[in-house]
Amino acid sequence: MIGGLQAATIATLALRMRFMQVERADDFRLLAEENSIKIRLIPPARGLILDRNGAVIAGNGQNYRVVITREDAGDVEEVLRRLARLIPMTEDDIARTLKEVMRRSPTLPITVADQLTWEDLSRVAVNAPSLSGITTEVGLSRSYPQGGDFAHVLGYVGPVSDYDLSRIENPDPLLQIPKFQLGKLGVEAKLEEDLRGKAGTRRIEVTSTGRVMRELDRNEGAPGTAMQLTLDRYLQNYVQARLGSESAAAVVMDVRNGDILSIVSAPTFDPNLFVRGISSADYRLLTENDHRPLADKTVQGAYPPGSTFKIVTALAALEAGVIDPEETVYCKGFTELGNHRFHCWKRGGHGHVSLPHSLEQSCDVYYYEVAQRVGIDKIAAMARRLGIGVRHDLPMSAISEGLAPDRDWKRAKYGKDWLIGDTLNSGIGQGYVLASPLQLAVMTARVASGTDVSPRLLRARDGVPEPAPAPQPLDLPEAALRAVRKGMFDVINSQRGTAHGSRIVDDAMLMAGKTGTSQVRNITKAERERGVISNDDLPWERRDHALFVCYAPYDNPEIAVSVVVEHGGGGSAAAAPIARDILLQALYRDLPPLSAYPSSQRDRIEAQRKTLDLILRDDKPGAKSRA
Amino acid sequence: MSYLEYNVKTVPTGIRKILYLNWPVVVLLTAIASVGFLMLYSVAGGQLDTWAEPQMKRFAVGLAGMFVVAFIPIWFWRNVSALAYVVSFLLLVAVEFFGAIGMGAQRWIELGPLRLQPSELMKISLVMLLAAYYDWLDVKRVSRPLWVLIPVALVLAPTILVLKQPDLGTAILLLAGGGIVMFAAGVSWWYFGTVIALVVALVFAVFESRGTEWQLIKDYQFKRIDTFLDPGSDPLDAGYNIMQAQIALGSGGWAGKGYMQGTQSRLNFLPEKHTDFIFTTLAEEFGFVGAFSLLMLYALTVAFTLVSGLSNKDRFASLMTIGIGSTFFLFFAVNMSMVMGLIPVVGVPLPLVSYGGTAMMILLLAFGLTQSAHIHRPR
Repeated sequence: MIGGLQAATIATLALRMRFMQVERADDFRLLAEENSIKIRLIPPARGLILDRNGAVIAGNGQNYRVVITREDAGDVEEVLRRLARLIPMTEDDIARTLKEVMRRSPTLPITVADQLTWEDLSRVAVNAPSLSGITTEVGLSRSYPQGGDFAHVLGYVGPVSDYDLSRIENPDPLLQIPKFQLGKLGVEAKLEEDLRGKAGTRRIEVTSTGRVMRELDRNEGAPGTAMQLTLDRYLQNYVQARLGSESAAAVVMDVRNGDILSIVSAPTFDPNLFVRGISSADYRLLTENDHRPLADKTVQGAYPPGSTFKIVTALAALEAGVIDPEETVYCKGFTELGNHRFHCWKRGGHGHVSLPHSLEQSCDVYYYEVAQRVGIDKIAAMARRLGIGVRHDLPMSAISEGLAPDRDWKRAKYGKDWLIGDTLNSGIGQGYVLASPLQLAVMTARVASGTDVSPRLLRARDGVPEPAPAPQPLDLPEAALRAVRKGMFDVINSQRGTAHGSRIVDDAMLMAGKTGTSQVRNITKAERERGVISNDDLPWERRDHALFVCYAPYDNPEIAVSVVVEHGGGGSAAAAPIARDILLQALYRDLPPLSAYPSSQRDRIEAQRKTLDLILRDDKPGAKSRA
Repeated sequence: MSYLEYNVKTVPTGIRKILYLNWPVVVLLTAIASVGFLMLYSVAGGQLDTWAEPQMKRFAVGLAGMFVVAFIPIWFWRNVSALAYVVSFLLLVAVEFFGAIGMGAQRWIELGPLRLQPSELMKISLVMLLAAYYDWLDVKRVSRPLWVLIPVALVLAPTILVLKQPDLGTAILLLAGGGIVMFAAGVSWWYFGTVIALVVALVFAVFESRGTEWQLIKDYQFKRIDTFLDPGSDPLDAGYNIMQAQIALGSGGWAGKGYMQGTQSRLNFLPEKHTDFIFTTLAEEFGFVGAFSLLMLYALTVAFTLVSGLSNKDRFASLMTIGIGSTFFLFFAVNMSMVMGLIPVVGVPLPLVSYGGTAMMILLLAFGLTQSAHIHRPR
């Protein structure tokens, strides 16, 4: 009886054992693994960003960190205070770290300080015996070796914020890693997903208190895609230096394929500051600067294009056939419309003006007349064909669409009818018309090439060239294009041209261009009668914007450049010299010989060059032979 | 039969007693203890001196003690059973007053280097005394109420003291062990039916008493019952032990994870991994094969002991052997049921395998008694 009961009990035990260990073994095994095996992510190396020649313009630098593990530290506060004598740490840092350390598991390493210098790290390492629980680590952090040169186009990365996470629909688990770097702006933000790479994983075995026992296996993940841009870092560096502290923007574009060779907004800032976490003092300096260093004026900035827009008006009129290139319009200094006078910039008027002359001397009255004949809708359509008022798809932040206004737009926007006066203003690039420096460069390239060439910034991904659609002809009458190009040629090369001072004397590289000066204020009738106040006498923020667009060589265009100098005064004086220097730099792919400049200017150019702080080229034949 | 009636000539004497030992049981006990050494070595993370070595030493001492007890004639042991009971009982009372506080319960007293747990002693001496009682009692009177009340009192007195410590596991073992001896002695089934009915009623009363002034068991014991009924209800606190134990056990699968490869115990997820829950480590590392083998070792030990007891014509020797074998059975059955989630966690070690000195030594001495009964059985 007793034996039977005991045998039954033993049988029950055996059955239970079988049930748990054989039938449900998989469930329990899974639970055991969940218990002891944790998956930790390994941040992948962020994709490099290269210039068109393969030089790194956004790389990954070593990031030296100091971490503390509570379990090994003993008296955490004491250890932190000792550490604070070795590396820069404020009382706040200590308090914050202390709080974090106490909140987390005692076995979890907490970052005390990162982005340390090698010297700081060495000091910590040397003093390791008195800093129990402190260890040094090396990670990767974004760095921009050329500092501010690419700040606006590349943007920068920064630690993931709660705001970033709230914006992303299905966040990559990588983003949960503390201080993980995420592209915040520009190329870094727009190509974020490809640059980020795939997270690696590390399966580790942990104890019930979370201490890591050993690594079971490791999958390194995939580094982000290396992005080669169309930019040339030497040209970019030159343009940045040439614009200097002006509030200005310049875009250099290859006319033949749309490659953006350089796209610069000035003044600039050091994006590395943002990677490390910018101090509020530094940040205030940037935001309070009236030259707005943080704004990317090349694509975000939309300016009245001023006289550079006359190219559009001229082409619209020529294509519509409302004017013949040789036909002249009489300029007496103003046009009267009803009881309102529309003035030409030249008080006395230009007399009889043909189309090439109208560009050469930038006669406003000619365009008042032509604009009225062709009508705003055709001007706006032409503007869009030439790239103004359309959004160019580049991996950059806050790209402005600009504005090519027409009747429908005004009715929709203001509920008012379009007035003839609006047409007159628009015809000379004032009024509602807005264009970004990028759009002006596109317009110039399209006129120079006669194709619908589109800007492009991304050259290759991981060495695989990005497909570039071949530009298609714009289908503009050849005669019209020839007339406009002739006018632009004369702007530079005719004695009477508005930018004659900025000509190139190298016959193989003759340039064509157009000046523009856009008002940022209204000139009242009273002021006009007193005499228009010269820009030099106005406060900076009320001066005119100076614009210039150009391309070269004239007979076989390669490079188009647009320059906008905010409140720079006249386009011919403030923007054209800069544009010429940039154009020459782009054509020669180096500092051009002084012989390319008119002889009277060479001394000045030479002196000016000495003031530019340029990076040295290491691909010069001369440099190689010396080596 | 009294000892005078033994045919002394048929009882082996001197060194010849060794030949008459119940050798299979000795071998089985050594095998079980060896499994214990292996597991203690493993849960210590490959450290011999943490648990395995002291355990080995105690086993050696216990084994020697077993032989000494075995060679002393069984009639001597019958004559001292009343004394053993009284001493055990007094010691139990003593821990109430002088016992050291350990694990929230007063369970042992220090006797020089020895840490004595009187409740362990009581398990054996209770069985001895009951066996002696029924040996003395006329078989016809066994089921008479008055003669039933005496052994019931003998069982309940230490049980209540043990419950006060509080040690539910030992109390259950005492009750069940005593009950089995009485049953084996031929006490009427009716009494057992009545007792079982009363126990059911008591369990009901215990649950009813919860939260009232006359609450019968401690809160932590209630909690153990709760977590037994639903381990998931409190997975990080009281239910943690059960959950982790079951995970360890179940994840062993058919053949286990390999010796010293158990993640649950090595990474400290397992509670009490070297004492009450050591079986889970075994099950995790050696799988169903290992766990079932150990169960078979236990079953064989019990079987050999019971066969020896049932075939013994001396009533005291027979009842005592059955009682000790059954107590041993209860030990591992309760422990295994507990870690496998069949009954609530009551704190009973796995005999000979769990780390713990006195429990193992007293168990070996008890087996010495069965060996003595075996050697000196009437032929």
